[in-house]
Amino acid sequence: MNDMTPTNLSGSMPLAAPFVRVKDLRVRFVSREATVRAVNGVTFDLARGEVLCVIGESGSGKSVMMRSLLRLHPKKRTVIEGSMQVGEHDIGAVSDRVLSKLRGSTISMIFQEPMTALDPLYTIGDQIVETVRRHEGLGREAAWARALELLELVRVPSPERRLKAYPHELSGGLRQRAMIAVALSCRPSLLLADEPTTALDASVQIQVLVLLRKLQREMEMSMIFVTHDLGVAAQIADKVAVMYAGRIIEYGTVADVLNRPQHPYTRAMLASTVKDQERGVQLEAIAGSPPDLRALPDGCSFLPRCGYAKPECAVAMPPETVDARGHMARCYRVGVEGQRLAFSAPAIQPSVCTNASQLAAARAEMLGRQA
Amino acid sequence: MTQMAISPPAAASEDPRDRGGPAQPMLIVDGIRKYFPIRAGVLNRTVAEVKAVDDISFYVVKGETLGIVGESGCGKSTLARLLMHLIDRDDGHLILDGDLVGEETGVPLDGLRRALQMVFQDSYSSLNPRLPIEQSIAYGPKVQGASSKVAKAQARALMEKVGLKANLFAQRYPHELSGGQKQRVNIARALALDPRLLILDEAVSALDKSVEAQVLNLLEDLKRQLNLTYIFISHDLHVVRYISDRVLVMYLGQVVEIGPVDKIYEDPQHPYTQALLACRLSMDPEERVEAAPLAGDPPNPVNPPSGCRFHTRCPFMEDVCMSKAPSLGDVLRSSAQDHLAACHMVHPGSGHSRAPLAVRA
Repeated sequence: MNDMTPTNLSGSMPLAAPFVRVKDLRVRFVSREATVRAVNGVTFDLARGEVLCVIGESGSGKSVMMRSLLRLHPKKRTVIEGSMQVGEHDIGAVSDRVLSKLRGSTISMIFQEPMTALDPLYTIGDQIVETVRRHEGLGREAAWARALELLELVRVPSPERRLKAYPHELSGGLRQRAMIAVALSCRPSLLLADEPTTALDASVQIQVLVLLRKLQREMEMSMIFVTHDLGVAAQIADKVAVMYAGRIIEYGTVADVLNRPQHPYTRAMLASTVKDQERGVQLEAIAGSPPDLRALPDGCSFLPRCGYAKPECAVAMPPETVDARGHMARCYRVGVEGQRLAFSAPAIQPSVCTNASQLAAARAEMLGRQA
Repeated sequence: MTQMAISPPAAASEDPRDRGGPAQPMLIVDGIRKYFPIRAGVLNRTVAEVKAVDDISFYVVKGETLGIVGESGCGKSTLARLLMHLIDRDDGHLILDGDLVGEETGVPLDGLRRALQMVFQDSYSSLNPRLPIEQSIAYGPKVQGASSKVAKAQARALMEKVGLKANLFAQRYPHELSGGQKQRVNIARALALDPRLLILDEAVSALDKSVEAQVLNLLEDLKRQLNLTYIFISHDLHVVRYISDRVLVMYLGQVVEIGPVDKIYEDPQHPYTQALLACRLSMDPEERVEAAPLAGDPPNPVNPPSGCRFHTRCPFMEDVCMSKAPSLGDVLRSSAQDHLAACHMVHPGSGHSRAPLAVRA
């Protein structure tokens, strides 16, 4: 397996010690019926002030991975292995008391649905004040002043009035801003954002993205941003990690991953995203559906949907191939040519398959000829 | 009223179900209006009204896809529900293939429901959790009088049509299916009554991008096979561009712009349409948006701004915009190729400094 330490990331990248270090993280949910392997060995580093976008379909384990960083999973049913280092804290090992201090002050989180994440019985002001007083021990008046300042920071119009408003009295965009204000109230060093703009209109989504990026730069926060929208990633990310079936299958700078995608899954995802395709031309959908996390097969988890499979794909998960720029892909078809990753297409390239049976036939043919 | 000079679309073909001929629009919406009352006080009197849909007129040509876009709260979904008669309109007419809907001499309501079907955004909550999907699909035809055997056979055929193997899926319950599969079931159910017009209300918005592409391909296939007409409501402007022939832009319960998709996307006339289009995210990390094209939220529809409803957020606002509401023009008498916008800047002599001086030929 190739080495993925930051020392082999050459070029303009700073070589400071990473702020977040996740190593071989594995998360399993155990119940009487089945064991769901949601995260299967995720490794990444995140520098201070850097934004990592985690992209994947629903069920790819992206939210589970992020929630593990705050240990938000039910203790009894979850098995977490591997190490998660945030600053000087080992998240896997710290006591509950220390963890509750970290939550909201060092590490903070924004959720997708602000209506369910905010408490409907308390005003926006109360919720910010509670966080500030708890973590920073401010007095009541100082905390209210801080709350007002925060609402101004996230550009809520007429903030004095909104402090006294309940969540249901605000529009979706304002609610999301209020949640960002709560999350930023103690100046966290790491902000976790779980699809914070998915439920918003395009016009409001762009407002929130511009705001988040500005605040992130001003406060020099590290940010992990989970989304399934590649357009959102293009707007906000420094680095992009593509997840599939609980593994990072491609990782690199946002320009490398979005403009020079290597893994067949990333390529297929980009091709299937509707962006100015000609009308009347079929979209290149990815046939099939994501694998069942209760019974993951050996080998590459994308194999059943991949148009470029090789016999060895069925045997073991491909190792990480990394180029000089730190662009990583896990695919047997990807090699390093010169300084960059390169995807070598198979001799018999299957045409774009639109349904599962066509794909199965094409793959069988290919595996047969190559075996 | 029911006879209008509208150029026939290229794609229209003869269909035995036609009542008004190929040139007759599938659906004409004439001045439809819905105000929701807000009641308050001890006597529960109406103190204000939410003007959810305020005097909207448009038509849908046979065989076309009309995209409807707008921010949340602009009345897109209320409009869809009004078309389906899921809620009663306060004013206005619907003309389905040449016949008035709901009037004594026109199409009865169950006739409308046969011709018009709807697919909702939330694929799970729009299916009955206690019915196997075969029965969900067969339910409509049974209510309309088909025998249980016929309805079931038809349901199985439809499942194959939307890409679900009937032997595998017929007896499953909605919770056993993935989001994309559930949406396929919803589409099959909508097709069970052999409708002419399908209203797709954010039908792909809740799906993953790769599944979204599968469902969009399916919709295109079905449209061709079954000679369908679509009204496609979405806030995803990329998807609307891909699937629509014409686009209607709504703002606070009114139509602000309507026209063929390429004209709208390449040469938007209304500042709101321009701003909405600028909100599309580029896939290129080099092209980042530095300032949001549209500031703030839409105003409250209870007391919409005077004059042009967009003037509070419009960069080109002038005095005339506050006092006089711009008109869209006579949509029902325009051709399907016409591009209309309700903005003082496009109407000559409106009093806006950017308005064209002479009347365009």
